[in-house]
Amino acid sequence: MASVLALDWGNYWQQSIFRVLGSAVFIILGAGTFVIAFLFKMMSYMQSRLGPMEAGPHGTLQLVAEVGKFLQKEDLVPERADARLFKLAPYVVLASTFLLAVVMPFGPDAYFVNLDTGVFLALGLSSISVIGILVAGWASANKYSLIGGLRAAGQLIAYELPMVLAVVGVVIQAGTLNLQGIVAAQHSGQIFGWDGIGNPFVLTQLVGFVVFLIATQAELAQTPFDMPIAESEIVTGYMTEYSGMRFLLFFIAEFATAAVFSALAATLFLGGWAIPFVDLDDNVMNVVGPLVLVTKMMIVGTLIFWARFTFPRFREDQLQSFAWKFLIPISLVNILATMVLKVAF
Amino acid sequence: MTLTDSQQLAYANAQAADGRVNVELETDDGMVLNMGPQHPATHGTLRLIARLDGEQVTSADVMCGYMHRGYEKLCEVRTYPQVTTLVNRIDWLGSFANEVPFILAAEQLMEVEAPPRAKWIRTLLFELSRIANISLFIGDLALQLGAQTPAFLAFRDREFVLNQIESVTGGRFHPNFDRIGGLKDDLPKGWIADTKAAMVRLREFCDLMEGLVYGNEIFQTRTRGIGIIPAKVAESYGLSGANLRGSGVDWDLRRDANIGLAYDELDWKVWTHPDGDCFARCWVRLQEVREATKIVDQLCDGMPGGAIMAKVPRIIKVPEGEAYVATENPLGAMGYYVVSRGDIGPFRVKIRSASFNNISIAPWLLKGVYVPDIIAILASLYFILGDIDR
Amino acid sequence: MPRPALKIPGLFKGLKITMGIFLQTMFPKRGIRTLMPAPTLGAVTVQYPYKSAPEVPAARARGVIALKEENCTVCMLCSRSCPDWCIYIEGHKTKAPPRRPGGKERTVSALDRFDIDYALCMYCGICVEVCPFDALFWSPEFEYSEPKLADLLHDMDRLGEWMETVPDFETYEAGSDAKVRKVPR
Repeated sequence: MASVLALDWGNYWQQSIFRVLGSAVFIILGAGTFVIAFLFKMMSYMQSRLGPMEAGPHGTLQLVAEVGKFLQKEDLVPERADARLFKLAPYVVLASTFLLAVVMPFGPDAYFVNLDTGVFLALGLSSISVIGILVAGWASANKYSLIGGLRAAGQLIAYELPMVLAVVGVVIQAGTLNLQGIVAAQHSGQIFGWDGIGNPFVLTQLVGFVVFLIATQAELAQTPFDMPIAESEIVTGYMTEYSGMRFLLFFIAEFATAAVFSALAATLFLGGWAIPFVDLDDNVMNVVGPLVLVTKMMIVGTLIFWARFTFPRFREDQLQSFAWKFLIPISLVNILATMVLKVAF
Repeated sequence: MTLTDSQQLAYANAQAADGRVNVELETDDGMVLNMGPQHPATHGTLRLIARLDGEQVTSADVMCGYMHRGYEKLCEVRTYPQVTTLVNRIDWLGSFANEVPFILAAEQLMEVEAPPRAKWIRTLLFELSRIANISLFIGDLALQLGAQTPAFLAFRDREFVLNQIESVTGGRFHPNFDRIGGLKDDLPKGWIADTKAAMVRLREFCDLMEGLVYGNEIFQTRTRGIGIIPAKVAESYGLSGANLRGSGVDWDLRRDANIGLAYDELDWKVWTHPDGDCFARCWVRLQEVREATKIVDQLCDGMPGGAIMAKVPRIIKVPEGEAYVATENPLGAMGYYVVSRGDIGPFRVKIRSASFNNISIAPWLLKGVYVPDIIAILASLYFILGDIDR
Repeated sequence: MPRPALKIPGLFKGLKITMGIFLQTMFPKRGIRTLMPAPTLGAVTVQYPYKSAPEVPAARARGVIALKEENCTVCMLCSRSCPDWCIYIEGHKTKAPPRRPGGKERTVSALDRFDIDYALCMYCGICVEVCPFDALFWSPEFEYSEPKLADLLHDMDRLGEWMETVPDFETYEAGSDAKVRKVPR
């Protein structure tokens, strides 16, 4: 099994198809799990109600019903909308999520690609979705969408920086940009000389972890940073004119991005697919690794969605000053401290 | 290369469309954003036409009337019990409160006074409707600012009040319980104990909202310093209720102009806040709910015995005359000007509703604020469309 | 301009509240079975129509109006006082035998038609209140929705059937002067 996953079989095209399909499976399953666990159930229980209960046992098949509902809807393109751009926008957003999922490692040999600049690629790819959102906002020929798209542009670009800077601390501490290398560094690291549980960077990079989570929340346009969507003001912001399958693509993209970012946070800060007492190269980790990663993803997802369902939203100028005047200075200080401590110890 | 006619036409159309958008974006007045009658934020069918410069409002116009149901005309051709039924539906969240000033005006014309027990139960239901109305306001306020959870919690805890209203009047939303001379029926057994238990839950709800919503730093940055109404401006625009008290004006019709309700026999406090911003108005409303629970407790404890209805004829003909009675409804000051010609129904009823005056300050208040602040300000002014449009 | 200072207890209090409600909904059982998830028990949702909350609706709830035909004297007061004019009454006068032998024959009214159109009914209760002969009563039944609008017109027989669901009038709270009326069965 290890050899299958290590992709030293087949030619380039077979490997690529496997990567695409595998990434698609990860995206769909990840988005689906996050939607059911957090949006349907956790949100409902936090509001003292049950959520969907009819479709499937305890509403677990509600997603199937929703997908069916979206598929059978009419394909609407507003009359004055720029049709080509309007139709293109959801795919751009989804594409960035797909590409992000490709760099995620699931086990010692279970990965799609193993790049030496994995982290760099991941962070770069996450910026592509901004283009999709902007395009959606402009092409919809709707003033609400336009406002939503403009807000999104400012917000998503502003919060790219704290995310990158938070990750820089991790990279300094791990010494590599390779995601497998970061997992290895956490597994075999030591906390002040004790190597019982390795060195998950959440302990030493707590500030970075918090900043990364806040920046993720903003990148996903979740409350308290959901000005681009801002349902009570601009209906659904850039997604207002979308219905049916196109809206489903945005919806999947939103939750799949949440899943992928949670996986990224788990890999960077919580130790990824490794667990403390099992060897890194052990073959059983190829099976257990994905499960471990999913568990850690759910933990990070709980934090993200817990904040989403509790807080009201910031106004966009407050949002921007929060990013530029607070998060970026803190993450710069974090980097400085990491550098100093890394050299000192 | 020459273009065909249809191509030329398409090109001209595209240029014209671009030109329209550009003109809008480039004029001093800015882009017109129509937060139309169907919108998640406005409490019903309110149309707000805002001219934006980027994200700032340069001017705003409020257009109401999409929900006009012709109440004053309807009241001309209905009898007094029928008008009481209809009037429930003006401010549909605190429905009993709509009946009270009308019945008090009619009682004033008939020169009949309700017996003490009826007065106390009337006050009790009045305060319960205030709690029901404003607890939903608090939940909805959080919803409009982005937090989804408090709205559901508000609905969950409001059920206790609605169940109490239902067990005495028969209807959760439209009690239709006030009658000229008293009330329709008396309290069922065990109601007072149940209501006191419900008040305990409502107080817990207030504490919950204070922790979840009012104590939240994000909520405070969204509402503090936003939409400041100085006291003089508030008075000149005819605001009433918590909007006036949130600007520091100590004005409450329950204390100052009490006709026919039991407020002067109770020990309660009027809450004001000096700031005049959104947070002040919302905070005053939260304190009003707390105060209302205390008033309900006092009313439950000291309920006098006796008849529920004064001696009035079966078919009521109100003698000729005019009377105006205003009470402190949950939304503000609501008044009914009843003109009677000695018939079984009023000749003319003029309804002074609180939200109509409350919303009149919106164009003045919304100048220069950001788009999200429009929502925060409208939420804190708290209007109900049925009350504006009648 | 926000300054999220070093003390941010308000945000954490909010998080604690929502997590508290979440745990309360997930794990409502106490004692030895505390960690068994039972959300259907912990949530306030009642999964109608599979289950129903026993105390709902209240006894005085205005669900449907029941007619006691024998008491109706076709005085038309209810029909006249309905704000929606949703009660349709037709009756005729007949002669009834004299009370005492040798007396005069009495004229009584008999009901031909008594329909209430629940598609129009506002559930205000003025008809029940003005009836001088105790012929109309409120019942808390509410499950009578129909696929066809015309079926919401309940005729005399159906209104008579609702009489079985009319609860007895409740006793009043202490201190009340009112007398509890009886529902004629």
